Amino acid sequence: MLKYLSKRLLFAIPTLIVISFVLFALLDLAPNDPTGNLPQTIPPEVREEIRESLGLNKPFHIRYFKWMQQFFINEPLNLIEEVTGLEIGDSESRLRVRSWLTRSPVVDLIIERLPQTLWVVGLSYIVGIMIALPIGVISAYKQYSWFDQIGTFISMVGFSVPTFFTGLVMILIFSVGLSWLPSIYDTTHVVRDLPSLWFQIKQMAMPVTVLAFYNAAQLSRFMRASVLENLNLDYVRTARAKGLHDRAILLKHILRNSMLPVVTMIALGVPTIFTGAIITEQVFRVNGIGQLLITGIQSADIPLVQSLSFLFAVLIVLFNLLADVIYGILDPRIRYE
Amino acid sequence: MRRFKTIVLLTFAVVFLHSCSLDFSSKHLKLLYWQAPSMLNPFLSSGTKDMEAASIVIEPLARYDANANRIPILATKIPTIENGGIPEDRRSITWHLREDVVWSDGTPLTAHDVVFSWQYCTHEEAGCTAKDSFRDVEQVVAVNDHTVRIDFVKPNPFPFGPFVGSICPVLQAEQFKDCLGLRAQECTRENFYPIGTGPYIVDRFRANDTVVYRANPRYREEDKPFFRKVVIKGGGDAPSAARAVLQTGEFDYAWNLQIEPEVLSSMRESGKGEVVTAFGSQVERIMVNQTNNDASLDSDTRSVFMDGNNPHPFLSDLSVRRALSLAIDRQVLVDIGYGIAGEPTCNVISLPEQYVSKINDDCKIQDIEEANRILDEAGWVRGTDGIRAKDGVRLSLLYQTSTNSVRQGTQSLIKDMWQQIGVETELRNIDAAVFFGSDAGSPDTLQKFYADVQMYTNSFEGNDPSNYVEGWQCENVPGPHNQWVGVNISRGCSEEYDMLLETLSETFDPAQRIVIIKQLNDMVVQNYWEIPLIHRARVSAKSNSLKGFELNGWDSELWNIADWYREE
Repeated sequence: MLKYLSKRLLFAIPTLIVISFVLFALLDLAPNDPTGNLPQTIPPEVREEIRESLGLNKPFHIRYFKWMQQFFINEPLNLIEEVTGLEIGDSESRLRVRSWLTRSPVVDLIIERLPQTLWVVGLSYIVGIMIALPIGVISAYKQYSWFDQIGTFISMVGFSVPTFFTGLVMILIFSVGLSWLPSIYDTTHVVRDLPSLWFQIKQMAMPVTVLAFYNAAQLSRFMRASVLENLNLDYVRTARAKGLHDRAILLKHILRNSMLPVVTMIALGVPTIFTGAIITEQVFRVNGIGQLLITGIQSADIPLVQSLSFLFAVLIVLFNLLADVIYGILDPRIRYE
Repeated sequence: MRRFKTIVLLTFAVVFLHSCSLDFSSKHLKLLYWQAPSMLNPFLSSGTKDMEAASIVIEPLARYDANANRIPILATKIPTIENGGIPEDRRSITWHLREDVVWSDGTPLTAHDVVFSWQYCTHEEAGCTAKDSFRDVEQVVAVNDHTVRIDFVKPNPFPFGPFVGSICPVLQAEQFKDCLGLRAQECTRENFYPIGTGPYIVDRFRANDTVVYRANPRYREEDKPFFRKVVIKGGGDAPSAARAVLQTGEFDYAWNLQIEPEVLSSMRESGKGEVVTAFGSQVERIMVNQTNNDASLDSDTRSVFMDGNNPHPFLSDLSVRRALSLAIDRQVLVDIGYGIAGEPTCNVISLPEQYVSKINDDCKIQDIEEANRILDEAGWVRGTDGIRAKDGVRLSLLYQTSTNSVRQGTQSLIKDMWQQIGVETELRNIDAAVFFGSDAGSPDTLQKFYADVQMYTNSFEGNDPSNYVEGWQCENVPGPHNQWVGVNISRGCSEEYDMLLETLSETFDPAQRIVIIKQLNDMVVQNYWEIPLIHRARVSAKSNSLKGFELNGWDSELWNIADWYREE
């Protein structure tokens, strides 16, 4: 297992380097300009100087290697310094990856935004799972019953209706119509006491519901299919023949086996918590990682977009590996050599 | 057990309903910008949103009020020839600073800060957005602690470029002294938390998300500002920003709402707020390409002006350009796409009033018949498909603009209008960041102009169009020789225009200058290098309880935020 793990990790390095190169090249080729949002009254000569000051006019390979150095050496060193309080080398003059939009270090921007993304998107993922699993199991067990039909209908709706639509409908009902919930998320809100906690719950209610609904719809279909597959297998018939109660068969035998692919699915989906929910964050102005990425793309902030999308790539590679490992642990029949 | 559950649920419901009324402290002002501020240093900003958010904190020597008049802010008065601030030769301007102004850290504002701000912005490697405000500036000198003189390299009829308007404010020298040139990029703390003289101080800055300000206790006017706290929230889109002010009442003010008029008016019916507009110098216009943009030409020839040797196959014919303008019903464009946020216009200079030419106004009435007659007369004959042609050249246009639902609506309306005079139109839209970006490598920028006509809004800084009319000089045509840097986008070039411009630069009498500027406007319009369509207003929304608010089309929309107050 350990040998397998180290082999996979080593293999991930060239993969990630190739990904970082492709990302950089794609962003470089994309026709976009960081001065594009400036007022029309600013003359082109000044725009040219702004691009020059951002280092945009340097050759491609120099910019790429500069980014590599800043991202793989300078930023980790900086992070270590901040966590441990030590000073390694000349930390004052060490160049960091800076966003063109804010001229501030990209890593600081990401750290500032992680909390609300994790809270809103992470919570919606957990809520989604908690809704999806029971619904999936029951609809499979009582296939073609009323419960199953309604469950199928709802998950089809959740699956096919985009989040910007459900989000808007919820805002129209709960904010505009009933004025129960705020339609705009306050990122500076601090939870101190019960009323402020209540406000936090209220402002998270709509984005979490919208995302949870979407996540649950996908996962419950998957769970249902997996249980259905197991229901007709030999070991279930054996258990029935032994005279076991239906409940025991379902919860002890079937559930365990049918959870295998679902757990993998859940693990594979974890990176999406970090990448944020771009559209939902935009609709409710949660302004987390997803919104940061969109802002970066719209203003051609190449260092920001490059660093963010590369981090996403790292997360996806890592959680793919993790999913494989979990699968091996849960299912003793699978051995990695 | 079941009873217990019911009780818990009921309690929750009661607490929930109880706290439903969204209460907002009347001491807090909440502003919504659908483009979030990225930094608060206007000299390095990447868009208007940053300059507006910074204008609450840092101020210029003078700015423009809602009627385009200059009003002194950090200066005691506006320099004129009469009060001795501007000498007869117009080679300098002298400003006297108010002596009662202190920075929010308690230190006094001095002429040294003004000199420093000039050095900061004009530093070679700074990449300063306001650099054009300092054009022709030879030096900025501190005469004494509260007097500053700006010298120009040549007589300057309009010396109000530097330090007038929110684009070019005064920074604190002490705070930014280590941030010159390339170091400006690394001064994160300074760029996020500038020390200013304005009514509010930055309390918390979350880049691309939220800015929290608190009242400046050292603000020069007593009892002002009226709010304890100001919040700018960013993100989302314009329609939802309008909703938060007009329908849910969660915010007091929403900035820049270019939305279809019917959407806006349906939101207004909730009665929680109102939509406000202010006209400035913004004019939506169609640029008419005077050079050949045939796709088969190479990059050294396509849309390149070669002293008239590379003319457009049919747009070089004045009668075609005239017919295109006559066929447009500008009122319909306004009614469908702009509502109260626009008015039909026939001039590239549509405000301030004294600069507006009156002789072109007949363009406001659509005249298809006349347009058809002109084309018939010029020998453009309708073919079997209804499209006019002459000597094998068909009147078939490529019409491009930026991606924006109002613009796409306008495009298709104009396409139909041109159809009626036998002109075929192909529509194209390009992402705004690409179209308005000036990346010389991209074929889709407005400077390259690889199309027959293109539409967008242009305007000028401040209340004087002197610099703006210089744009149509022959030497300002973009092309490979100047890396496509240049503002004469339609590539209209005439000796007559350049000569009149020469006269303008030697004329100092204000009344005479106005006459010449009007003539220059008329030349652009009557040559149909540009077809003006709509005089556009700024549109914002404010809540009913917000008072003291006056929307400004010439400066930051937050120009008088110190006077804003709430009346329940």
